[in-house]
Amino acid sequence: MTEKTYRDALKEGLREEMLRDERVFIMGEDVGRNWGGAFKVTKGLAEEFGDDRVRDTPISENTIAGAALGAAITGLIPVAEIMFGDLITLAMDQVCNQAAKMRYMFGGQTSVPLVLRSVFGGGKSIASHHSQSLEAWFMHTPGLKIAVPSFAYDVKGLIKTAIRDPDPVMFFEHKLVYDRKEEVPEEEYLIPFGEARVHREGDDVTIWGTFFMVHKAIEAADELAKQGISAEVIDPRTLVPLDKKTLIDSVKKTGRLVLVTEETKTGATTAEIAAIVQEEAFDWLDAPIKRVNAPDTPVPFSPPLEQYFIPDKERIISAVREIV
Amino acid sequence: MAVTKKKLVDLYTRTLKVRLFEEKVWDLFGENLVPGTLHLYLGQEAVAAGVTAALKKSDWVQSTHRGHGHVVAKGADMKAALAELLGKRTGSCKGKGGSMHITEFKAGVLGATGVVASGLPIAAGAALSCQMRGTKEVVACFFGDGASNNGTFGESLNMSAIWKLPVIWIVENNFYAMGTPITLTCPSQSIAQRAEAYCIPGCVVDGNNAVEVYEATLEAVKRAREGGGPSLIECQTYRMRGHSRFDPAKYRPKEEVDFWLSKDAVEIIQSIALEKKALTRKEAKDIRKKLQKEVDSAADFAVKSEYPEPQEALDDVFAEVA
Repeated sequence: MTEKTYRDALKEGLREEMLRDERVFIMGEDVGRNWGGAFKVTKGLAEEFGDDRVRDTPISENTIAGAALGAAITGLIPVAEIMFGDLITLAMDQVCNQAAKMRYMFGGQTSVPLVLRSVFGGGKSIASHHSQSLEAWFMHTPGLKIAVPSFAYDVKGLIKTAIRDPDPVMFFEHKLVYDRKEEVPEEEYLIPFGEARVHREGDDVTIWGTFFMVHKAIEAADELAKQGISAEVIDPRTLVPLDKKTLIDSVKKTGRLVLVTEETKTGATTAEIAAIVQEEAFDWLDAPIKRVNAPDTPVPFSPPLEQYFIPDKERIISAVREIV
Repeated sequence: MAVTKKKLVDLYTRTLKVRLFEEKVWDLFGENLVPGTLHLYLGQEAVAAGVTAALKKSDWVQSTHRGHGHVVAKGADMKAALAELLGKRTGSCKGKGGSMHITEFKAGVLGATGVVASGLPIAAGAALSCQMRGTKEVVACFFGDGASNNGTFGESLNMSAIWKLPVIWIVENNFYAMGTPITLTCPSQSIAQRAEAYCIPGCVVDGNNAVEVYEATLEAVKRAREGGGPSLIECQTYRMRGHSRFDPAKYRPKEEVDFWLSKDAVEIIQSIALEKKALTRKEAKDIRKKLQKEVDSAADFAVKSEYPEPQEALDDVFAEVA
């Protein structure tokens, strides 16, 4: 085991897959040798694999996604990068109408081994067009798998699984975790989709969350432990497929659930999770399900405004204390 | 003319096959056997015929919402194609796609799409794949005059030009985007002249003349295969009928309609083939008879095929059960 940053673990996963399978290639804006990706994830890969396999593109999001799709259905395995999650809006047709539906509407004639990487989340004061968390849109689109890794160990194992998956995978990262370190095995490993990771075990309340909010939920759980409240923290790691079992089993044990994501509240993934739990574990709930989300506003710019917008440890703790 | 007699027969056969297929679709629609809507290819047959005749079987085409002609001309199984239009389980997409998504991958069709202009990025990517894998295959991407005003047109032509992708951009200019005439949507005399902005060759051909379409495509295919990059070919043509199933197309002036109906794609290629002695009248008639029989038996197959079981709606979302 070696301690690695999320960024380096991700890069290592990409590199290993490119060495293993020559069909794998990377395309996107500024992923190549001049810049190495806006968050430096692909830095050094163009030097190792050449400019064809780590390919800078024009600023043409819809065609980046669509060309990746066209390459995927004709024998390559593209890992396309959209620089910011907010910019997938420019590629929605290719992602949601084409890639997601292609296997289905053509009656299973083709696989779509496409990975589309992008990054969500606030915390960097880069305002409404570079800070959103839009994963629910894609969860609402049948045909897409969605990975949401928040830790170095997970991001490496999941990117390798994503690249080997025959279906389109939306691979979402978070801006604030690239420098976070975690122990990562030296030997090769893959993490199957649909298996949650339990970061803290507890008996009094279940906290389910994604991205940077998993880190905040762990901090909250550690503080709650000092106050005598035992919280279980679950990170789903993939939203599609979703590990319902780990969540439902946990709720059956704790009887209480707090859902925490950085999304604006209305129509967020937390709403879907709450609905699933009331359908499948209603009788085990001892209190209403609490949702901790951002308010229904665009992401603001100024630091005090943005800090107010993004949920934090204190809000998670107070949500827990309301029901425990 | 460099076109061989054999190729003239091929062009005649492809053009007529698409015509007979579409006439059959129209009949089946009249019998209320085709659910939903239809965008018939009637009138534009020479474009699909001329383009596909210049391709190899292993080459690809990207289709549109008006896609029956592309699929049939590329050599897709007519039984599966007609069954798909009727929503049958034996359809090429198992009844999941219908007219706007009619596709047969193994015949080299990347897909028909219901979103105008959405095929261009996919074609660019398929061409990138051919280039990176070194297969020497090329991609012909069909789209309409309407699509040429969408952002993907600029994005995809640009990307194909900078990377010298083996793709031939085929714009089927039928002068109307649904009911809106091109004079209201395009400032230039031709769409082909936009090629200049991307530093690629562009030309205009008579899209009702299969030989003209074939010759222009052949030159572009040769260039693409040799690493010379993409081309834009504007095929000027006309819909015999309206945009979709219930559109009587009353917005088109009578003189204009009469002019184009006098330029019938099947009659044009037939008269060229006869004149060049590639065919005798009897041979032309025999080909028609044979094709009609094929189309009739495909229709019979489609009509007699079963509908899918309702719960088959749940299949094929993912490769395996998630």
